[in-house]
Amino acid sequence: MIRLNNVVGSYRTGRGSINAVDGVTLEIPDGCILGVAGESGCGKSTLMKLIYGDVLSPMSLSAGSIEYGFTDDRGTPITSDNIKREWFRRISYVPQSSMNSLNPVVRVGKQFLDFPGPDADKRRVLEQVKAYIVKLGLPVETLEAYPHQLSGGMRQRVMIAMATFFQPELILADEPTTALDVVVQKDILLLLMELQEQMQNTIVLVSHDMGVHYQTTTRMLIMYAAKAVEYGDSESVFSAPLHPYTAMLTDSLPTIGDDRARHGIPGRPPSLWQELKGCRFADRCPLATARCRAEEPELIEHKPGQFAACHYAGQYKREAEQPTWQ
Amino acid sequence: MTTETQTTPVAADTAPKRKRRDEGWSSLLWLLNRRLGIGLVILLIFVAGSLVLPFFSPSDPSQQATYMKNLHMTTKHWLGTTALGQDTFWYLIFAVRNSLLLGIAVGIGITIISTAVGLSAGYIGGAFERIVMLFVDTFITIPLLPILIILGTLIRANYAYLVSIIIIFGWAWNARTIRSMALTLREREFINMARFSGAGTFQILTREIFPYVSAYMLVGFINTVLFAINTEATLAVIGLSKVEIPTLGSIIFWALNYNALFTGNVVWLVAPIVATVLLFLGLFLTSTGFNEAFASRRGVA
Amino acid sequence: MAVILRTEELNKVYRLGSLARNREIKALDNVNLTVESDHPVIISIVGESGSGKTTLAKTLLRLVEPTSGRVTIYDKLVAGKGVRPDKRAFLASVQPIFQNPFEAFSRYRPVDAYLFETATRVAGLTHEQATAGVEKALSAVGLEYGDVRGKYSNQFSGGELQRVSIARALIPNPSLIVADEPVSMIDASRRMIIINLFLALKEEARRSFLYITHDLATAYYISDFVAVMHRGVVVEFGPARDVMGNPQHAYTKLLLDSIPTTRQKWRVPKAPAATA
Repeated sequence: MIRLNNVVGSYRTGRGSINAVDGVTLEIPDGCILGVAGESGCGKSTLMKLIYGDVLSPMSLSAGSIEYGFTDDRGTPITSDNIKREWFRRISYVPQSSMNSLNPVVRVGKQFLDFPGPDADKRRVLEQVKAYIVKLGLPVETLEAYPHQLSGGMRQRVMIAMATFFQPELILADEPTTALDVVVQKDILLLLMELQEQMQNTIVLVSHDMGVHYQTTTRMLIMYAAKAVEYGDSESVFSAPLHPYTAMLTDSLPTIGDDRARHGIPGRPPSLWQELKGCRFADRCPLATARCRAEEPELIEHKPGQFAACHYAGQYKREAEQPTWQ
Repeated sequence: MTTETQTTPVAADTAPKRKRRDEGWSSLLWLLNRRLGIGLVILLIFVAGSLVLPFFSPSDPSQQATYMKNLHMTTKHWLGTTALGQDTFWYLIFAVRNSLLLGIAVGIGITIISTAVGLSAGYIGGAFERIVMLFVDTFITIPLLPILIILGTLIRANYAYLVSIIIIFGWAWNARTIRSMALTLREREFINMARFSGAGTFQILTREIFPYVSAYMLVGFINTVLFAINTEATLAVIGLSKVEIPTLGSIIFWALNYNALFTGNVVWLVAPIVATVLLFLGLFLTSTGFNEAFASRRGVA
Repeated sequence: MAVILRTEELNKVYRLGSLARNREIKALDNVNLTVESDHPVIISIVGESGSGKTTLAKTLLRLVEPTSGRVTIYDKLVAGKGVRPDKRAFLASVQPIFQNPFEAFSRYRPVDAYLFETATRVAGLTHEQATAGVEKALSAVGLEYGDVRGKYSNQFSGGELQRVSIARALIPNPSLIVADEPVSMIDASRRMIIINLFLALKEEARRSFLYITHDLATAYYISDFVAVMHRGVVVEFGPARDVMGNPQHAYTKLLLDSIPTTRQKWRVPKAPAATA
């Protein structure tokens, strides 16, 4: 169980300090695939970085803490202070752009040996790596190749291989398939899901594509303007969302076979530089009242396992579903 | 009638937007960083001093035997006098002025030519670019100093020749850089947008591409000034320039020729060296300061 | 019926490498499309990266010259090897909308400068008429001139700036607007505002659109016709409902099958999939 306790991630700039993640408190159960969704600027990437422990100035974990629920070799519980030591072992990261993460002038196989493992014998590790990547659907020759000689999909499989080799407890994937073709994307997502099923660990997946979330995740976190606005299991979030933003967002997506008119959400998220009072979605919300603008809603459990930060949770009426021909 | 009935509140921005040019000088304050500040202050002192002070000079400093020779620093002669009976301080002021004027003249000339050539070659491309780049590359390979030495007699006859020759053999390098900038800019989407807005080649060069190279041009100008002053000083120190005219190089030439160190008139030699170093420091700091300011802005904008 | 778009044997070959060893890439491979209609239409070109859809758009916009073949838009010959239509007439009949609205405007010029330039140079309006023309185009996309006057590109959001870009394209009343991935850089929640705008402009302002995208869902939503491209070849083409509802080509089927929808979960195969 990963606990986020009032996590605040801020950036310090010449203009002052801004909270890209502003007080997120959650419990992530073990063995789930958590999808984090939200528009650009909502804080999902910062949240990932905080969870991964990749906190570099000017970013900082200015308040709150993260408890990971697993311990290191000596039995000390891991928290945000010592998570860095567990990179690639108990926690790993699949980045969006594999070309930016692989050394372009070093063969792929050698890059596998870059990070420390319990085994000092490099040759033995290499053999294990070879067996592993074959299991992931890559030819053995991949290890001999340079990154640019591989296709995008193969590279991303390499990244996933690196991230899962030591069977970590927690895998963070930040838009892992955004740069890939839709056909390759499906393969990669299915691979991730299968690996999770085998390893029974937790995956946190960030994506702007709600379809990807629907297909792969078991729990969903929706973020808006640095706040967590909805959290629950994916089935419920998609079929009966509690927060109006979630409902309007999923409603705005067109689907093939569905001929209903779709509408975007007019307006923009509020600037995080200004003093924010009340619910941050109030300006764009059709249900907003004076209470919403004055009083910020807390993320509370409105239904078992489902959380929403809204004074009128569950009251947004979506358009009735029409039968489609698909 | 359209379906879009909501005008989004344009005021709700995601970050406080910078005020634009219409706010005048205050809008340029973002430029200042410490390096640039120091550099500009030094330059301001030199430029203001060398342009204004000469009007207060009691006499033509290059005229020899105006005063007693080799006097020490006194209240009347702030840096003493030279072995030729000139006031060192006023000679130095004029020297700085002449060097600066030369540098600025060369800077303007080279900047104009290299920008015009580089932008047009980079943007227009094709056969035009190939022919022009042939010229540019040829000129780049010609070394300036030997040419200046060979054409020494010409230079010693008329100072204007020095300026012209440095311009002629100095524009090529910047032209090449600007051409590469134009090459990358040519591919950018807003150029296509300008074309589809009906802009012709000249309008695109001046209104779309030029603002993007203007930052480089400013830095390039300052570097050229430095380069020109340096070249002239190099020539003068070895006596191949018109050394009757006071410049930073010629003052060192005379000081060396009259063995200033041995005769004890150390100030005569050291003062221009210090002045040169300070001037170069000012130019360098300003140039890199601008570079830093522009680079930091690029990250934000 | 007017020929809205016709490409005949359109080819674009890129030669890579040196003189000794070179490789040919067929960005466009014998593309033959014909769209005829009496009403304005929205034609979508869908495909993945490398499919040739962007090259096709660039060919229509005359930013790239085809190796062979011809393109006709609204009965006027527009592109082809050696074809040089009158520049003014061309700009007034075909206008683009680019993918990245922030790249589409220079950082140093106010965006309404582009609007005015289009009004005076392409649409041929006088100075007095230009303001009215710009205002009309801006209101068609839901913006007021006061919102836009004197502002630079970094003072807008992506969605607003894209709308300004659309307004600019509308000013000369072009026959065809070529939109290259116009919403891929816009947040999901605001994408439909732009997409619905295209629909509205088709119905009310009577403009035809060529919509280039990799997002089949939005393509389905607004198109009358869809062309699916793969490696430079048009593998399937027809009315949107037919192509999406009853795909004939194996690649189209694969494409439709791979989209992560929010309707139906994928059937998960037992073994890990083969190498991508």
